[in-house]
Amino acid sequence: MSEFDETARTLLFDAPNSYVGRSVTRPNARRLTQGRGQYVDDIVLPRMLNVAYVRSPHAHAKIVKIGTKKAAAMPGVMRIVTGAEIAMVCKPYVGVLTHLQGMRSPPQYTLAVDVARWQGEPVVAVVAQSRAEAEDAVEMVEIVYEELPAALDAERALDPSEPKIHPEFDSNLCFQRTVDTGGVDAAMSSAHLVVEDTIRFGRHTGVTMEPRAIVADYNPAEESMTVYHCGQSPHMMQGIIASRLSLDEHRVRIVVRDVGGSFGIKIHTYGDEIAACALSLMLGRPVKFAADRYESFLSDIHARDHRVKARLAVDRDGNMTALEIDDLTGVGPYSMFPRSSGVECNQILNLTGGPYKHKEYRAKGTVVFQNKNMMCQYRAVGHPIAVAVAEHMVDQAAAKLRIDPAEMRRRNLIPDDAYPCKSPSGMRFEALSHQRCLEKLLALMKYDELRGEQAELRKKGVYRGIGLSSFIEVTNPSPMFYGVGGARIAAQDGCTIKLDASGAIVAATGVTEQGQGTETIMAQIAATALGVEMSCVKVLTGDTDKVPYGGGTWASRAAGIGGEAVLQAGLALKHNILEAGAVILKTNASDLDIADGKVVRKGTEQGITLAELARICYYRGNELPVDFQPELVVTRHYRVKDYAFVFSNGAQGCSLEVDPDTGFVKLLKMWCVDDCGRVINPKLVEEQARGGIVQGIGGALYEHCLYDERGQLLNATMADYLVPMAAEMPDIECAHVETPTKTSMLGAKGAGEAGTGGAPAAIMNAVNDALRPLGAKVTSQPITPEMVLRALGKVN
Amino acid sequence: MKAPRFAYARPASIAEALALLQKHGDDARVLAGGQSLVPMMNFRVAAPKVLVDINRIGSLTGIKVTKSFVRIGALARHVEVERSADVAKHLPLVAAAMPHVAHPAIRNRGTFGGSCALGDPAAELPACTLALGATFVVAGKKGERRIAAQDFFKGLYATALKPGELLVAAEFPLPKPGYASAFGELARRHGDYAMVGVAAHGLRKVGKFSDMRVAFFGVGDRPQRASGFERALEGQSAVDGALAKLDADLEPRADLHASAAMKLHLAKVLADRVLGGLAA
Amino acid sequence: MNAPLETVEIEVTVNGERMKRSVPARVNLADFLRNELELTGTHLGCEHGVCGACTVRVDGEIVRSCLMFAAQADGCKVDTVEGLSDSREIEELQSAFVLTNALQCGFCTPGVLMAAQALLRDETNPTRERIREYLSGNYCRCTGYQAIVDAIEAVAKARAGR
Repeated sequence: MSEFDETARTLLFDAPNSYVGRSVTRPNARRLTQGRGQYVDDIVLPRMLNVAYVRSPHAHAKIVKIGTKKAAAMPGVMRIVTGAEIAMVCKPYVGVLTHLQGMRSPPQYTLAVDVARWQGEPVVAVVAQSRAEAEDAVEMVEIVYEELPAALDAERALDPSEPKIHPEFDSNLCFQRTVDTGGVDAAMSSAHLVVEDTIRFGRHTGVTMEPRAIVADYNPAEESMTVYHCGQSPHMMQGIIASRLSLDEHRVRIVVRDVGGSFGIKIHTYGDEIAACALSLMLGRPVKFAADRYESFLSDIHARDHRVKARLAVDRDGNMTALEIDDLTGVGPYSMFPRSSGVECNQILNLTGGPYKHKEYRAKGTVVFQNKNMMCQYRAVGHPIAVAVAEHMVDQAAAKLRIDPAEMRRRNLIPDDAYPCKSPSGMRFEALSHQRCLEKLLALMKYDELRGEQAELRKKGVYRGIGLSSFIEVTNPSPMFYGVGGARIAAQDGCTIKLDASGAIVAATGVTEQGQGTETIMAQIAATALGVEMSCVKVLTGDTDKVPYGGGTWASRAAGIGGEAVLQAGLALKHNILEAGAVILKTNASDLDIADGKVVRKGTEQGITLAELARICYYRGNELPVDFQPELVVTRHYRVKDYAFVFSNGAQGCSLEVDPDTGFVKLLKMWCVDDCGRVINPKLVEEQARGGIVQGIGGALYEHCLYDERGQLLNATMADYLVPMAAEMPDIECAHVETPTKTSMLGAKGAGEAGTGGAPAAIMNAVNDALRPLGAKVTSQPITPEMVLRALGKVN
Repeated sequence: MKAPRFAYARPASIAEALALLQKHGDDARVLAGGQSLVPMMNFRVAAPKVLVDINRIGSLTGIKVTKSFVRIGALARHVEVERSADVAKHLPLVAAAMPHVAHPAIRNRGTFGGSCALGDPAAELPACTLALGATFVVAGKKGERRIAAQDFFKGLYATALKPGELLVAAEFPLPKPGYASAFGELARRHGDYAMVGVAAHGLRKVGKFSDMRVAFFGVGDRPQRASGFERALEGQSAVDGALAKLDADLEPRADLHASAAMKLHLAKVLADRVLGGLAA
Repeated sequence: MNAPLETVEIEVTVNGERMKRSVPARVNLADFLRNELELTGTHLGCEHGVCGACTVRVDGEIVRSCLMFAAQADGCKVDTVEGLSDSREIEELQSAFVLTNALQCGFCTPGVLMAAQALLRDETNPTRERIREYLSGNYCRCTGYQAIVDAIEAVAKARAGR
């Protein structure tokens, strides 16, 4: 276990001038309200060209012939490039993690070569002066395709009669895994009750408000490339672009400024983006690719396309004894590089049932290739499914045994004093607070009152539903997540912090900002460590030339891991400042502290401002002893060592009303109690919960990528793909429980994904709670009005 | 999603507009509010070579009340219709429909005529013209003609407008004394095109329905009056007895969000609720 | 009568500045503002009029700038978020947004502010439900909408109280 002084950390964070735990507003918010954001599509470079792509209209087709003559003659067109031509300067990639044993995927090229394998796969690049001219020319490219049978049904994907997507493989299997504690069969046969169900989750996608965009600027004179990007992991991208284009990594610079939402969508490697970099290399000029909304729907990663069969064994007193799941998921025709398309399934195997006490567990996961868009990690990866499955089964068992769902959870959640412990799937928990969160949630919801109101309204034919979910959430991952599998994705992170010549603090961090407030909380931590006002702190993120090598933002790691590096760096800088102060004030460093931007003798206000100290150190070295060299720039790194992941936990509740004649579900209110360890900024954590919950609502009730029997995406527009809008969303009440982790001094866990992980479960449980007296049940998401009416037998 | 190239013309009068449409034939499209046409152009499913922007033709604007009609100009923006005291007073059905038409920014540009000329089966206003027995005034090279709403909506995005014709106005007869309206729609999200909607107008005296005109939208390939249902309502105080007639009246068409069976079911539920509340 | 033109001369006032430009007919108002005038505060989220990120004000009313051709703005007054910021017209709303954290990534924010200002100009003291209804033409993927409603409600109450 990490060594640090518990008293020291309490003193630091509870001090009156500590920013930790304060809901300060975000310093970078004002400029965004003025339209002064700098998103990738706002960037214009001299001589910049624009690329548009010809995309495959077919789910699966041989590319027989490509005719570019007519297109090349169109106004403004500079160059037309095929997949084969790009492959000459850009290496393919393989999206496999070696620790997901047996996972396989063939090399994937940026643009399709010889065969297109999903509708929307880019096939030909058209580079022109303007995007409009490029699109005009795209229409004139003549491609002869030979349609091939497509593999579109995950249930049949492994049948020998199904079209095989990759001739070099014996089947469409990408990855398979089983987890087995060994005693499930015995527990099932001796159980008082076994409940069984099959739950389906519809494929859906992130719909970031800012579509993906990239500007690649290759400088042939220096063999260097600067890439303006909106991705979450700039260092990862630096490595990928360098390796694919055979450039020296240190001559590739990634610059990420403002990002218009990401949620995991912009963390992956997209052929159309890498191809834009290759085109800049080929042309020696900047090239911009800005996806439009239509191509976003066709090519942004999709996620959450799963069918889970589940069985739960319960004893006479309602104690869960065994859980079994069989998860089938159809991804795209390749496993996505570099994080792989097997992680979502792997998480489901690892996490389903995690909050509960049962000892026996068996889980089988099967990941198959399909001729549909690529699928990969999207906010809360796998959790919405893992939580929804377990929470549904818990409610089903509770209903059969006539135990109130809250009471059922009380009986079965791991007690708060049982830690550290391990789940049957092998997940190690340091310290969670399921019981405490549940009680806090029930109080917040006024659960008993809600039940009373529900009963009264049922007599009048009004069907309210109340749903609960308890969840665990992966945060602060160690290298056991990706690095161990061969991916060049950093789990460690660093911060370089300095006292500059004017006495201000500048902190450069390897984690990134997408609007959640990363820069703000890093400033809060730095200011707390150093004892200065936040207004003196500047935080740098997103530029690989300016920040220490880090992992960026994903798996809710920025606060816990990035924050710890900032804290350690800040404390180390404070140490160095006090050393310099001791020399200047001719006293001992242990007699000094920093308060309100001044190095002072403890307990007094006498001392020297940081500005004055900096002035002496930077300009008046003649005033310092010859044997003393101030070091006012410090770098510290941090990685999680003691656990594979630092889990957070929480509980969510949902109150809704189902109209049994129209099937419409009206959300009345939702609640979330989250334990993300030490809370740095309560307001930002709550807003992450709210935004995350609304994305979860999307998956539970509205969002679905609809494919037809030919593999065509039917609803690739904002009018047809239903993203939640303001009028249908409820107010969401949030509360905190804090169980600081001991894996770091900061004690913070992640908070960005818990809302999305827990919400679909609470909603589905609430709908089924509403429908129960009518003898109906839904087991599929998104829960549409038609699905509700079919469950009620009102529509056939 | 950039619109393809086109040539732009901005006629100052109906005559100029007609001349342009005549000259360019199938190559030309009329640009009114643009809230439906421009997305189609951005998606490149519409690529007119010539756009005839009629937005500055004054004679197409305005909402006027005469002795017998309320005349809504084809270029009356949705927001004007929404805020019109005359419409609120004389055409409460239309006033009830307006808040459901898309969103404020769309309503500031979208036009009454544009919505009717497009013929989207899930749009609110065409159904209102059916329920209120409106007449469309159409200008063509041979002069003006009038088309009853009943004869105007032919099918999916298909109306009785002939090539080269321009919708000029819709004339709504002033409602007879005692007549009332009721409107309702079901949509997954506020402002979306309706999953199913109903616009109804008629008489309800002592609770009994009479002379009802009930138009459904979002169900079939065009807004439709349900004539069997209307006849079955005559003299009845409750709606549910007549609902079975909708099986024959309506031709539900499945879309992305609802099967045909679902559309029919919802049409019945909505009709029951909306008409149940008529002049209640 | 002039023949249809692929390039159109327009005279337009943008954020109070009168200007003459020659625009290809096909260029929409959003792209004109962003590319020709470098006013990048107006954003493109869908280019089919649904998401609201491109919302600007034309002759005093909010419109989708992706659904209007620049040629149509001839003779019009256009206001973007930059203009409303510089003139301080929406300062109160902007401060409220910062205070309630009614924005995260900021991409939808200029459009939301446009819509909010239009609502508050036309209605005093709208209910939360009414605010949600009016705002349902603006997508936000980050906030879940509640903080936005809080901010607008706060400004409405403050203005009503004066």
